[in-house]
Amino acid sequence: MSRTRTPVVADWFTGEGEDFRLLGTRCSACASVFFPREDTFCRNPGCAGGELLSAPLSRRGRVWSYTDSRYRPPAPYVSDPELPWQPYTLIAVELEAERLVVLGQAVPGVSVADLEVGMEVEVVPGVLDEDADTTWTTWHWRPTGVAA
Amino acid sequence: MTDDVAVLGAGMHPWGKWGRGFVEYGTVAARAALADAGVDWRDVDSVVGADTVRGGYPGYVAGATFAKALGWQGARVASVYAACASGAQAVNAARTQILAGLADVVLVVGADAAPKGFFRPAGGDRHDDPDWLRFRVLGATNPAYFGLYARRRMAVHGDTLEDFAQVKVKNAAAGALNPNARYRKTVTAEEVAASAVVADPLRLLDICATSDGAAALVLCGMDFARKHGVRNPVRIRAVSTVTPTYPNTVLDLPDIATDSAAVVEPEGVTFRASIARAAYEEAGIAPEDLSLAEVYDLSTALELQWYEDLGLCGEGEAAKLLREGATAPGGRIPVNASGGLASFGEAVPAQAIAQVCELTWQLRGTAGARQVADARVGITANQGLFGHGSSVIAVR
Ligand SMILES: [Zn+2]
Repeated sequence: MSRTRTPVVADWFTGEGEDFRLLGTRCSACASVFFPREDTFCRNPGCAGGELLSAPLSRRGRVWSYTDSRYRPPAPYVSDPELPWQPYTLIAVELEAERLVVLGQAVPGVSVADLEVGMEVEVVPGVLDEDADTTWTTWHWRPTGVAA
Repeated sequence: MTDDVAVLGAGMHPWGKWGRGFVEYGTVAARAALADAGVDWRDVDSVVGADTVRGGYPGYVAGATFAKALGWQGARVASVYAACASGAQAVNAARTQILAGLADVVLVVGADAAPKGFFRPAGGDRHDDPDWLRFRVLGATNPAYFGLYARRRMAVHGDTLEDFAQVKVKNAAAGALNPNARYRKTVTAEEVAASAVVADPLRLLDICATSDGAAALVLCGMDFARKHGVRNPVRIRAVSTVTPTYPNTVLDLPDIATDSAAVVEPEGVTFRASIARAAYEEAGIAPEDLSLAEVYDLSTALELQWYEDLGLCGEGEAAKLLREGATAPGGRIPVNASGGLASFGEAVPAQAIAQVCELTWQLRGTAGARQVADARVGITANQGLFGHGSSVIAVR
């Protein structure tokens, strides 16, 4: 049985392997960048408003902070209540060029013990969860020192 | 340069897990506040409710619900929703009506029966709701954000797990003296360290619980207070309800990312600090003037952050202020003399009102065993999901 691979949210990321990128938008008038993507109005209060065009974000950034989730989060997070809870790690990453901080799950296997504030990480494709028909894909942060 | 509004009455329903409905809690708190004020419910001109969700009903209700429970008497009504800042916005709506001459006496009520465990978004497949998205895409609970802030403070300012634990020790000791608090037992640093990790580096006893609870205030104009025989009431001098300034550069619940600062340079202070600054400016009061502060200690580490955002100390100096005992009972600026959310737990629409109740009792000098000596000026600080600021300054 093969499942369809579908992004958990449409148009937040794009590409495969080395070409994988988070996808925000950029205002054609003031050049402000938005992630998650802003598709209706530029949120810069000093901007008269421009066209919002898709803009891939930097692949690499530095850890702003990190934590984990030792208890099962409630729905709509998807997890199998029949299985023992496996904590995952969350990393907030500061992207230098865009000057913004993006939260994401760490790649499976990376724990808080592997991380430090300021450490370099890169964005990689990942799987959030699966159901009968669909593999829901997402982005993960991975320390650049760690092999795939 | 606003006129003062008098706090004529304050009341609460004790906080805990009582298994009853929010209407009952709110009505008990309202009756207590009216009795404290010596005002007959039928003489109240306006009722303002801080909203909650009524089980099974697809909407937010409050003001009229409490008015019906107290007995319809034709008062003006308003209901406000601003997440954790709902209570402060209710106080502000009441104050605005009084200052505009639309009402002499206003009853403000907030109450909730909170679900057990993590707060969670409403059901459905709601891709347009950032709160729904952070759970679906990241499983990022509220404690996850508290964990991120705590770890960041440790990395940037050198705060330690022991510092965080000492906030809980301090607030639990204060809560043990408060008959309205849910948790009335002292806690040791060892007990904090022995509790389970929820979101690294924070443990169960670093994070506030959810509770049932209610708080209410009777507010009026200064003329009404004097005619009512109250010559020197506690007065509300400022209510800050500010929004953030773009770009908001501190990762905040429930957001998945911050604004970008690549094009617009961030100006001045962070959102949390701007909440307090607006209150200080409106009141014409400086941090040095404060006798006490009630801050929003969703986590122990977040209480330390508020010390800096309120200007009680410089950036990065909060743990030092705590270690010196300045924020403990008897210190230079006691923080969360009520026991804080650490001792109360969260009942969202009630908590910002409860903070003002505590200031009222402290400024009257009737706070009993937890009284801050010679309290003259107090501030509350809180923050509502989706960019709602909340701070109240009261004086005597
Ligand atoms: Zn723009």
